[in-house]
Parts: sequence; structure tokens; C-alpha cells
Amino acid sequence: MIRAADVLAAMTDRRTFIVRTAAIAAGAGAGRAWLFSSARATPQVMQEAIRAIVGEAVPQRGRITLDVPPLVENGNVVPLTITVDSPMTEADHVVSIHVVNEKNPQPHVISVTVGPRAGRAKLSTRIKLADSQQIVGLAEMSDGSFWTASADVVVTLAACVEPEVR
Amino acid sequence: MKLAHGFVVAGLALASPAATAGEIPLGERHSGYELMAPELRAMQDDDAANPGMLSVLDGEALWNRADGASGKSCARCHGDATSSMRGVATRYPAVDAVHRRPIDLEQRVNVCRVEYQQAPPLAFESKELLALAAYLGHLSKGLPITIADGDETRPFIAAGREIFELRQGQLNLSCAQCHDDNWGQHLAGASIPQAHPTGYPLYRLEWQSLGSLRRRLRACMIGMRAEPYADVAPEIVDLELYLAWRARGLNLETPAVRP
Amino acid sequence: MARVLINVPAKARRGEIIEIKTLISHPMESGFRTGTNGTMIPRDIITLFRCTHNGSEIFRAELSPAIAANPFISFFTVAAESGTLEFRWTGDNGFAQSETAELAVE
Repeated sequence: MIRAADVLAAMTDRRTFIVRTAAIAAGAGAGRAWLFSSARATPQVMQEAIRAIVGEAVPQRGRITLDVPPLVENGNVVPLTITVDSPMTEADHVVSIHVVNEKNPQPHVISVTVGPRAGRAKLSTRIKLADSQQIVGLAEMSDGSFWTASADVVVTLAACVEPEVR
Repeated sequence: MKLAHGFVVAGLALASPAATAGEIPLGERHSGYELMAPELRAMQDDDAANPGMLSVLDGEALWNRADGASGKSCARCHGDATSSMRGVATRYPAVDAVHRRPIDLEQRVNVCRVEYQQAPPLAFESKELLALAAYLGHLSKGLPITIADGDETRPFIAAGREIFELRQGQLNLSCAQCHDDNWGQHLAGASIPQAHPTGYPLYRLEWQSLGSLRRRLRACMIGMRAEPYADVAPEIVDLELYLAWRARGLNLETPAVRP
Repeated sequence: MARVLINVPAKARRGEIIEIKTLISHPMESGFRTGTNGTMIPRDIITLFRCTHNGSEIFRAELSPAIAANPFISFFTVAAESGTLEFRWTGDNGFAQSETAELAVE
């Protein structure tokens, strides 16, 4: 755990703070602007988004894991960790990882490009979920195969939602 | 789960209108951190992932920035904050000699700015004031809240307590009815915390940004369908003081993360 | 300039897999929220995050309005050689920010 003192000690004048920890804990494809449709997500729209990602391939269940809390107290910030089981060698690695949803105003969440230099196909981020729903993860492998997994999240809200947007 | 005066609680039941609500026994008090899911606790605990830390870093930069007609930075008088300011946030709200009443940390920063830096006060809820408060709060992280309980503060703590126990608004609800009598239960899917201000300013997921205790109290009162106090009203600070006194001994965890 | 917090290990052994954590201050306004006057608040998000090591891309993420405010992204890379990690965020309204960090590999 980074202590406040360590963070502050690493500070410089720059607006970036690069924190050093003693212990550890793609080829650039074409832009994927076509993925970001303006259609409101529904389970069907999500399936279309999945088809746009995988094309003719049929995704198989497995190898990708979505680690997300089954119940979240607020849908504005939902921690998500995606892990893909892969040796990440030149011969056998993850090429890209995608997450889509079925109830947000639009179906896409994130698309990530990695390669053998990643060492581990794992990433963490925080997402917004508008409602209780299923999210689907897709992993594209270097052999052209697609792997998929889904996760169901129940989203609760604060009892008193503030009226004003600051 | 303690119940006020032995009344059975079903859902959100209202405690009897007794003179004093059932105060939480000192040994049973804990931070809202304990009610959060493990993922949110992890988000708060990791300084590299806690979104509130961005404000703490902003605050550090502001601490060292010259401001006002004086051309002085906070550091010019106070030196290295990591030593000079450690423990300060645990004592606020504190009685101010000039105002002759308690003021909170944000107000104290503004007193300093106006008097010593000859700089204009920062607006409540402004990015800069939140950043400075977050920085100062973070420097006291892990230290227990220590509110002076003497002749100077007692009348204001009592005033704050009255507000806490006062039934207000269209729902005729008091803070105590939720936070003393029904903490740990659920209100429409959300857990009711004991309401200890151990991590302010905090990153509230609902706000998607850092916010002050003032803002949180305002939101609560609107939620209760009561008229919120003006930002400059002394009642707000009386309430903040009572909440801090009520949380005495609990450790600061600024910047906290809450749903 | 947005505030950024980057966490990289102080040093790494050659071939070690290291985790890099990034956090940047940004509202990530989804474009789907209604403001107080009833009109939609316009979208303002970071759309792309790239990390390169000595010029070669090691990680790329295309973000959508579904990414939470103040985006946090952590990922892994093999510590192949010492050098410069460059992080770049770009997005709506011409948003562009680059930061660098040195990686010492022994």
C-alpha cells in the first residue's frame, strides 16, 4: 500500500505524480469508431454489438473472467477486472478484449488491445451501469478464436438521489 | 443492532419522540467504511486508485502556491505540511478566537487566506477549497478525531445535538431516527450508516467527485424533505461539530470513498 | 492540464510482469444526463488511452461513455528493458494529455 508520505515524497512541480513502489504487486488496429453506435442498449442491441466485434466467428464460453461485484451500491462507479487465461506468447496470445452491456444508453463499455508484451491479459477499470443488467466480455485470440463470459450485476441507488447536477 | 427504547423496528420505523434519542454506545461506533463492499473498501485503501487522491495532490500543489496580495503560500508560514499540519484536521470544527464560535476546516483555510495571504476566500465546494481540505484531512489520516469538550465548545455541541435530534421537514424525521436508531438497516436498498464524518471531504460515487460534509448534510436534508441550511449558517457548523464530537476517537480516513 | 496519478514499480527484474496503475482527473460526462434546465449535458469523455514503452505500443484502450469519471485503468506489461513509458489520453473537445515515467529494468 502506498503511504501518503511516499506519494507526497514523489511529488514534483508537474501535475503528474508518479509513484514508485518497491514491490510489485497490438498491433495497433484500425480505429474502432464503428463500434460506438448511438443505439440505446437492449439485449438485442448488445447481441448486435457482439456480432460487430466477432464477425462470423462463434464465441466459445471460457478463458475470460469478469470480476465485478454482484451487487453495487451505486452504478456510477463499478469496479471491473477482466482476466483472460492465455500464455501471452508470440504464438498464443490475446489480441483484444471487449466488454458490452445490455441496459445502458449505449452498448459499449471498453475495447482493449494487448499483445505478447503484456505478459498477463488482465486489466482493471471502473464502469458505469445504468441499471441492474448483464455485461458480456469477449476476448479475441491470436488464432482468430473468440472467447466469452458474462456477469450479472444488481445496481442499487442512493435512497435520496440529489436533485441538482453540479 | 440497538433499538431505541426497546421498540421493534420493521423496515424504517420511527422511534418514540423521547427527549434524547438512543445514542450509540461508544464501543459500538464504527465508520461507514465497515458497511461498504470489499471492492469499495479496496478502492479507498489503495492510494494509487482512490479518486480522492487526485484532489489531495491538487491540495499539495495549492499549499505550495503563492497567492493573494501577500505573495505568500501556505507553506511560507506553515512550512512542510506533513509535519506542521499533522493532527490539525482531527480538531476541527474548532473555536476560532475572532469569530468566538466554532468554525470548520474550510472556514479556517479561508480565515488564513483573507487575514494572512490577503487573498479572497475560496467558495464552498470549489475545487481548490476541497483540494486543500482533502490535503489537510489526508495528513491526519489514521489519527483519532479529537474534539475539545470544554466550556468553549459545550454550548455549540449541545446546539448541534439539538439539530441532530430535531424532527424536521415534511417527513417529520430527525437525523437521530436513522443514524442513531436504525443504522445498519436498509433504506430503499442503501445501508444506513452511523453517520460519522471520518473521511471528509470524500469521493462520493453518487457525485462522481469529491465533496464536503456541508454538501452531504445539504443532500440529506433535501432527502428528508427539510429546508437545508444556508452554507454560511452557523447551524451547519454546530451540526458538524456535534457529529465530530459524536465520532470522537474514530480515526480519520480522508479522502474516504462512499457510494 | 488534468491531474494524473501513475503508479509504476521503482524497478523490475528483466522479464518480470509488472502492473501499471493510472488515474486521471476527468468528468467523463456521458452525454446522457439531463441538466437543471432540462437540456442534455453534452458528452465530454476521454475516448482513447495508449501506453507505449520506448515507442512501441504496449496497451491501448478505447473508452466509451460507460467508463466512470476520473478513469482508473490498470494493466500489465513485461519489463523487457529499461526506458520510457509514455501515457497518452485523448478525447472529446480536443482533450489530449501525455505523461511519461521511467522504468528501470535490471
